[in-house]
Amino acid sequence: MIEFETPKPIVKQKYLLQTVAEEMMRPHSRHFDEHEHEIPWDYINFMHQAMQAVGAGSLTPSDGDAKEEMPEEKKKKKYPPIGYQSLAFMLETLSWGDVGMYLVTPGGGLGAAAVEATGTPEQKKKFLKRFQQEMPAFGAMAMTEPHCGSDTSAIRTTAIQDKETNEWILNGEKIFVTAGQKSLEEGDGLVVVWATIDPAAGRAGMRPFVVEAGTPGVKVTKLEHKMGIRASDTASIVLQDARIPYENILGSAEVPKEKATKGFKGAMATFDATRPLVAATGIGVARATLELLKEMLAQEGVNIRYGLPRQKLSNVERDVIDMEVMLESAWLLVIKAVWMADNRKPNPLEASMSKVLAGDVVNKITQKAVEIMGPIGYTRDHLLEKWFRDAKITDIYEGTGQINRLIVARNILGYRGSQLR
Amino acid sequence: MYAFEPSEEQKMLIDAIQRFSINDLRPAAHDADENEQFSKDLIEKGWELGVLQASIPEEYGGFGDHSAVTGALAAEELALGDIAGAFAILAPGLFALPILFAGDQEQRQQYLGSIIESEWKPFTAALVEPRFDFDPNDLQTEARETNDGYVLNGDKVFVPFADEAENFLAYANLNGSSQGFIIPPGTKGLEVGERQPLLGVKALPLYQLSLNDVHIPKKNRLGGPDGHDFNLILDSSRIAVAALGVGLSRAAFEYARDYAKDREVFGVKVAQKQSIAFMLAEMATEIEAIRLLTWEAAWMLDEGKEDASKYAYLAHTGATNMAMMVTDRAVQILGGHGYIREHPVEMWMRSGRGIATFTGLAMI
Repeated sequence: MIEFETPKPIVKQKYLLQTVAEEMMRPHSRHFDEHEHEIPWDYINFMHQAMQAVGAGSLTPSDGDAKEEMPEEKKKKKYPPIGYQSLAFMLETLSWGDVGMYLVTPGGGLGAAAVEATGTPEQKKKFLKRFQQEMPAFGAMAMTEPHCGSDTSAIRTTAIQDKETNEWILNGEKIFVTAGQKSLEEGDGLVVVWATIDPAAGRAGMRPFVVEAGTPGVKVTKLEHKMGIRASDTASIVLQDARIPYENILGSAEVPKEKATKGFKGAMATFDATRPLVAATGIGVARATLELLKEMLAQEGVNIRYGLPRQKLSNVERDVIDMEVMLESAWLLVIKAVWMADNRKPNPLEASMSKVLAGDVVNKITQKAVEIMGPIGYTRDHLLEKWFRDAKITDIYEGTGQINRLIVARNILGYRGSQLR
Repeated sequence: MYAFEPSEEQKMLIDAIQRFSINDLRPAAHDADENEQFSKDLIEKGWELGVLQASIPEEYGGFGDHSAVTGALAAEELALGDIAGAFAILAPGLFALPILFAGDQEQRQQYLGSIIESEWKPFTAALVEPRFDFDPNDLQTEARETNDGYVLNGDKVFVPFADEAENFLAYANLNGSSQGFIIPPGTKGLEVGERQPLLGVKALPLYQLSLNDVHIPKKNRLGGPDGHDFNLILDSSRIAVAALGVGLSRAAFEYARDYAKDREVFGVKVAQKQSIAFMLAEMATEIEAIRLLTWEAAWMLDEGKEDASKYAYLAHTGATNMAMMVTDRAVQILGGHGYIREHPVEMWMRSGRGIATFTGLAMI
């Protein structure tokens, strides 16, 4: 079947979240943009309580653990799985409210997503429970290092096994950790730190490790000052002989003899799940921008006349219609990618496509909106200029537009990494 | 629910069309374009795939229910072979589908069966007018009501198969709204003009048509005395052209991709260069995105959603930009060889420019 009906539970959820976005986020957008590193606790506490109330502990789509405790008849799903779809809508709507504030939503973020994608059932139970407690907790993923970004296989942070104490000893420095400060210092959170257990093995040696808040030897050393998404903390973390329990490794501790890249593939599997979600946040910013732009234009007496030949439209109308085409088609690509994830269809191509397009589209739309509104768009009296700044990160984090183009290209050409570098 | 997989029935149709497209249509496209002429046998073979027949209910001689989604899938697959051929094969739908959507019971009974149950015959429609800012909702061709019928006056262009048409459906402005009128060939005042020389889709015979005081009886107004809603017809056409644009773009993308994987440059394949690989990645991404937008518009039309017209317009707008971008890059990726008519990419680029202009030349 080919269908485009938004599932009813998602429509309901979206209605609620839209209210949250309008009441709890928008009115404070400017404040947290102008007061970088101030924490929006009102929003955080509200979201935490709301999520506890509906039983959604972490911001991850799987309800695998909860389901095991459900009575047998309830486990039989009458509804097709829509976890990722529902999450994409949620992130889109919250980002419509404010993408910087969305990024500090408690519940695990990319850290929980990594545990979800690569952890055992026991690990999921152990590490994800913290997001369902009374106090809000945060999660983060630490991949990038000062000397390497997109080339993730070049990471130097090491994890060495101490057989006597049955622990891993982590050493290294991570930068650009989204919500890293909150995960380690505000509540009982965690950071998933990527390290190598065998530097000679390259990608095959890469493993994710769960580093919990309060681990000795783990320190937040810097908070970045950014172009946009200023409500979200971007932290540097230094690990100095940081000891964590042996069980905190996600995946196997063995480095296979033959050439294998399982650890790296774990990271990539996480990205297949999270890239469409990051794309969804970009779509939220783009929709916010387009809606406000149309409102502002309407106030000036410019209403968009759909259906006319382009030759009869004004330049502004053509721009707005093109923006609408871009927005809707990019959003459908996101939905297809998460729909595939929900239905357990491998989606690395669609995940990267959705990220490529959303990254492009949100930048084009926000840039054009500021341009169209001229001196009004350029001032900080309106949010258009803020969204212009917020948009740019969509094309950078979770794989730059270029890295994702590489992935799309390798998929459509049937090339391995060595054939298309 | 969201769902992105064609049904079993749709898959069977797609497979059958794709075989025909790749094995028959594509190989004939070059000569058809050069000679500005189709093989009638080929059109008949395409007609026998039953795309139109499957969208007309049994009571009118067909064997299915109309679905714009299925139509979009079929159109895309046909254009994968040759978009000019696709227009030709789908041409009878220009007359039959508006009658299915908007005709009264008598018109459906009178016309549909004879179109559907016979071999391919050139039934056609006249919508486009010779102006740079042609607007289907603001036609210059005028219809005036008289005591016993209507009088039509105006000039049309891009009328497929007008010289041999079995019947015409001409659209005219009646008191400010676009309405269809059935005008049998030979009606006094109806003059078929010159065949038009074109940039692309050269095999498709498109003609000028003049209407000079063409009198037709009341019963020839589409939908009977009260007429019809023109939106449904325009939406269907916009979605059809968008879907054809997607199919055409897929053809160009796949050809350029395969060429780039085969051709050597500086010791590697062309496709191994990021500048080329990234172009291909963006082409594939755009095609997929606009394809989904086209499907969504078609689905909305099938479901009778309020926004269907807007989305059909957006899908057509998106397909216009996408088809030009993709076909242009396909030529670029082949470099000098792309410019040579031995390869089909320059033909597809010429056709690609037409997606903006082809509204009214196909329906689904």
